[in-house]
Amino acid sequence: MKAPLSWILDLVDVPDGTTTEEITDRLTLTGLKLEAIVSPGRDITGPLVIGRVLTKEPEPQKNGKTINWCTVDVGDANGTGEPQGIVCGAHNFEPGDLVVTVLPGGVLPGGFEIGARKTYGHLSAGMICSARELGLGDDHDGIIVLPPDAGEPGQDVRPVLGLDEETIEFEVNPDRAYALSLRGIAREVLVSVEGASGFRDPALRDTPAANDEGHPVVVEDAEGCPVFVARRVDGFDPAAPTPDFMVRRITAAGMRPISLAVDVTNYVMLETGRPIHGYDADKLQGAIVVRRAREREKLTTLDGTARILDPGDLVVTDDSGIIGLGGVMGGETTEISDSTTSILVEAAHWDAVSMFRTGRRHRITSEAGKRNERGVDPTICEAAADRVVELLVEHGGGTAHPGVTVVGSPPEMPVVAVAGDLAARVSGMPITEEQSVECLRAVGCEVTGSGTLSVTPPPWRPDLTDAQDFSEEVVRLVGYDKVPSVLPTPPSGRGLTRPQQLRRWVGRTLAGEGYVEVVSFPFVGEADLDALGLAADDPRRDLLRLSNPLSAEAGFMTSTLLPGLLRAAGKNVGHGTTDVAIFETGTVTLPRHAGPAPILPVDRRPTEAELEALDAALPAQPLHLALVGTGDAVSGGWWGEARPFSWADAVEAVRAVAAALGLEVSASAVELAPWHPGRCAELSVDGEVVGHAGEVHPKVCQAFGLPKRTVAAEVDLDLLIARAVHLRTAPTFSSFPVAKEDVALVVDASVPAADVEAALREGAGELLESIRLFDVYTGDQVGEGKKSLAYALRFRAPDRTLKEGEAAAARDAAVALAAQRTGAVQRA
Amino acid sequence: MSGPNTDYDPVEVTPLKADQVEAMREAALAAIADAADLDALKQVRIDHAGDRSPLALANREIGALPPQARKEAGQRVGQARGAVNQALAARQTVLEAEHEERMLAEETVDVSLPTTRRRRGGRHPLTLQSELIADLFVAMGYEVAEGPVVEAEWLNFDALNLGPDHPARTMQDTFWTEPAEDHVVLRTQTSPVQARTMLTRTPPIYVVCPGRVFRTDEYDATHSPMFHQVEGLVVDEGITMAHLKGTLDHFASQLFGDGITTRFRPSYFPFTEPSAEVDVRCFVCRGVDSASCRTCRGEGWIEWGGCGVVNPRVLVACGVDPEVYSGFAFGMGIDRSFMFRHDLEDLRPLFEGDVRFSSAFGTEI
Ligand SMILES: [Zn+2]
Repeated sequence: MKAPLSWILDLVDVPDGTTTEEITDRLTLTGLKLEAIVSPGRDITGPLVIGRVLTKEPEPQKNGKTINWCTVDVGDANGTGEPQGIVCGAHNFEPGDLVVTVLPGGVLPGGFEIGARKTYGHLSAGMICSARELGLGDDHDGIIVLPPDAGEPGQDVRPVLGLDEETIEFEVNPDRAYALSLRGIAREVLVSVEGASGFRDPALRDTPAANDEGHPVVVEDAEGCPVFVARRVDGFDPAAPTPDFMVRRITAAGMRPISLAVDVTNYVMLETGRPIHGYDADKLQGAIVVRRAREREKLTTLDGTARILDPGDLVVTDDSGIIGLGGVMGGETTEISDSTTSILVEAAHWDAVSMFRTGRRHRITSEAGKRNERGVDPTICEAAADRVVELLVEHGGGTAHPGVTVVGSPPEMPVVAVAGDLAARVSGMPITEEQSVECLRAVGCEVTGSGTLSVTPPPWRPDLTDAQDFSEEVVRLVGYDKVPSVLPTPPSGRGLTRPQQLRRWVGRTLAGEGYVEVVSFPFVGEADLDALGLAADDPRRDLLRLSNPLSAEAGFMTSTLLPGLLRAAGKNVGHGTTDVAIFETGTVTLPRHAGPAPILPVDRRPTEAELEALDAALPAQPLHLALVGTGDAVSGGWWGEARPFSWADAVEAVRAVAAALGLEVSASAVELAPWHPGRCAELSVDGEVVGHAGEVHPKVCQAFGLPKRTVAAEVDLDLLIARAVHLRTAPTFSSFPVAKEDVALVVDASVPAADVEAALREGAGELLESIRLFDVYTGDQVGEGKKSLAYALRFRAPDRTLKEGEAAAARDAAVALAAQRTGAVQRA
Repeated sequence: MSGPNTDYDPVEVTPLKADQVEAMREAALAAIADAADLDALKQVRIDHAGDRSPLALANREIGALPPQARKEAGQRVGQARGAVNQALAARQTVLEAEHEERMLAEETVDVSLPTTRRRRGGRHPLTLQSELIADLFVAMGYEVAEGPVVEAEWLNFDALNLGPDHPARTMQDTFWTEPAEDHVVLRTQTSPVQARTMLTRTPPIYVVCPGRVFRTDEYDATHSPMFHQVEGLVVDEGITMAHLKGTLDHFASQLFGDGITTRFRPSYFPFTEPSAEVDVRCFVCRGVDSASCRTCRGEGWIEWGGCGVVNPRVLVACGVDPEVYSGFAFGMGIDRSFMFRHDLEDLRPLFEGDVRFSSAFGTEI
């Protein structure tokens, strides 16, 4: 809300010498936050004075243009008292006129510095200004000619043009609709600024009594439209200009002046907060009827939009049909035009919820709608209509029709029981009941009783419905700045939960492994899943669709972190960071198609069954961890060659995370997009699949702008964390000597090393302390389709030194079982 | 002087002669002193202390002497051999030390060479900031509560006193999901976690809920469709705005520095009443000569978040008896706090995944 200061001060007095900043500081503390203080002349500096044109000599130029060489009396403003010679391109003035003159040294909006300069063969010392040059509007047809009584030459012209006038812009919270009016703001000044007094309520005026001579109005839906007031002005001069003060104030308040009739309704809306609608009375046919729209009824509103109405919409009709969306926007057929001479003024109170729904349904935001949907004082319809009539008559030369139509009556304000000590209990301040009552009365409440107060809010405060609402009114007037600072004493906390701690460890582990955490948006499109190469029946294609995504290409919540992560890796490569290791943890969305989520009552706690129904309707949202590596895993340098990322790095990173959780991961081959079909590991913990890792399919690399051999992993972190070992048992070591045995086994290339190792372990028995695969060989020496696996085995007994041949026997048993299980043959 | 004594005949040796033994000893000591390195010393040891060295041979002769001469000869030779062995050991120590010194000098490297074989990893600064904030509250005895980001409409709105026609619903541009009749949204705030907490715990409740939230804001330098919030909720007997103020003052001083406090301004949130905007004292200029301060743009205060006393209607919907308990709640943007705490003007680097950004913050902030 933008409020010209002069307008505020028309309605309330502040002590002499109170600065604008003092006013806005106080209002900010009581709830009207200052956004900005602006004045139209803030960008103008230096001498800007009234000048009287003494001479004006037209001088035609070669370019076809005619300029005027003028002398202008600027009094003593130029320091000499001599007339000022100025070249002027405009023609809409005559010698003797008072004009706006900027002298050398002045600066106009846009940093336009004025000096004395040679032009058209003259030394032009200054400029005669148009409204546009002063930043006062777009009117560039000519210079400003001031009224003859504007002042004396040489006087500062700023006060004359209102250039000094300050406008305060406030942020108005949605519950404080009354502050969308000068009336409301002035009232806030009254209760907020020390020493403010003399509030003059613009809605407090004597209005003529209702009679039967007014325009006939029938309200069929009194709930939707509790009050409808109609007044009429005849003999209005449609050509009458809007007075300057009104144009200035409407403009300062952020609205566009249109015509006197429209400007007056807007002016009164700004002044009182009550939206007004004006009809061309001659275009009305018969009685006005207010009702709800019928299915599929149509209306073309003032903005030229043809709309199909909803049965929830409140409409204003006459014999011709629908002529307006009540409280939201008028229709074209009865619009006030430049030939309108009879105006019907409507000041009606509308149901706020209906206004909100209609505005949202038809996507209409208007100054009227903004006020109506937040709640307007229902008691001021007659006063507002009367004020409009007064201004139309005063400035448009019409006469007020004696008819006064008033249908309905304002709804009663509720009486709310408020504990006298509530404000003190809520705020923690020693606020007495007397103080509370005083504050409540200051904001317009009626208060009776003691102990438990009976409080009736003022009609402009429909937001005050609950006892707690009144406590806020008290506390804000006592002052939020006076609330003491006291730390509560919580009971002993239990700290982070185990999963919360472990999640941090996962991040630290990966950072230690050289991966950098990134955060991506969880939005994904089908094209992203195509780029991953997911099969048509891949469960990850079952996505939760957003109704209103920001972009059609990313219209779903993702089921996998990989698209975002691969995209981020591609971007890094694109920026020239060719070696990238990144990870992300985040929830993915896996629909369960178990909706809908019920809308439960709010006047009681939901039952357990109702809460279960809420949760059941939500998609599963497990926490995933994904990582991507591309380029070199180990950089090259003076120490040796670089080592590019390999599928094994992705598996190892997951193993590192698992190890941090006390878990061991086993890997087995699987074919799954987006991985290379021969280089993808399915990762399991205790037989449960937790995720996948490996080299990314070359086509997928290409799709994301990544080099081949990029590696990736994605695991369900919730599953891992759920399995994390909580209490680890302390290990025991044998201090007897170790016996080492190496074996090399030749197996078919297709045999997983993990199977060979498992057989060796089992066959070796209890004496085996550790086993390590130290070489894998393929080539001529082992033959086509075969591979040689070389293992180092360490044997040790916990309680004795092994006897001669014991280790060798265990080794032989291990090899024998491997031979039996995997067809392994020991290499000579 | 060193080298084997080739021209002597053991038979002719007269071991008892003091000057001869003395000469052997002198020759040996001179050779030891002259040995330039460990190899040379090894040879000297053979020549002068070995089995065939003059002193060893002289020693052997002692047995052939008349008994009355043996004692004296034995003493003389023994002393000479002792002196030689001592000198050998001393020289050995010196030469070994010299050798080691030389070897170490030869092994000198350029320690200024780069050592970064593997790039360092890092965690996302928003993760770190969330954890830092969580830790501040955990230290006060709070617990960290969590909830889903795809959330039931009732929990995101209705339970928080935002009925279907509440004008405030338009303040929050919500991502809705399909089918619409499922009443499922992307949470617009972390407040549904507060509701869930009240529904599943009994007071006293002291929790913070950091998490991701979503609004349909176009992505630009100051808006993002996804951002991070931290909300706090306290429900206990006798909780007041003063407790809220105390908690936020403490929070501010922990996050932004000693002596940094907060300011409340009346505001409106459906789930709190009274409600307040929280401004935090600018930690750069501390409100002194703010005019030129970039961080607070001359205001001396920075808009930080919203807070208030939990609306009794919310307590009722969440099964808490408002006659017994009262509470406060607050919420701040983690991203926003991060931006002004770390002087970041454009938020987009937070979500672009450029490793140069995250790695700058390492693993702690
Ligand atoms: Zn500052």
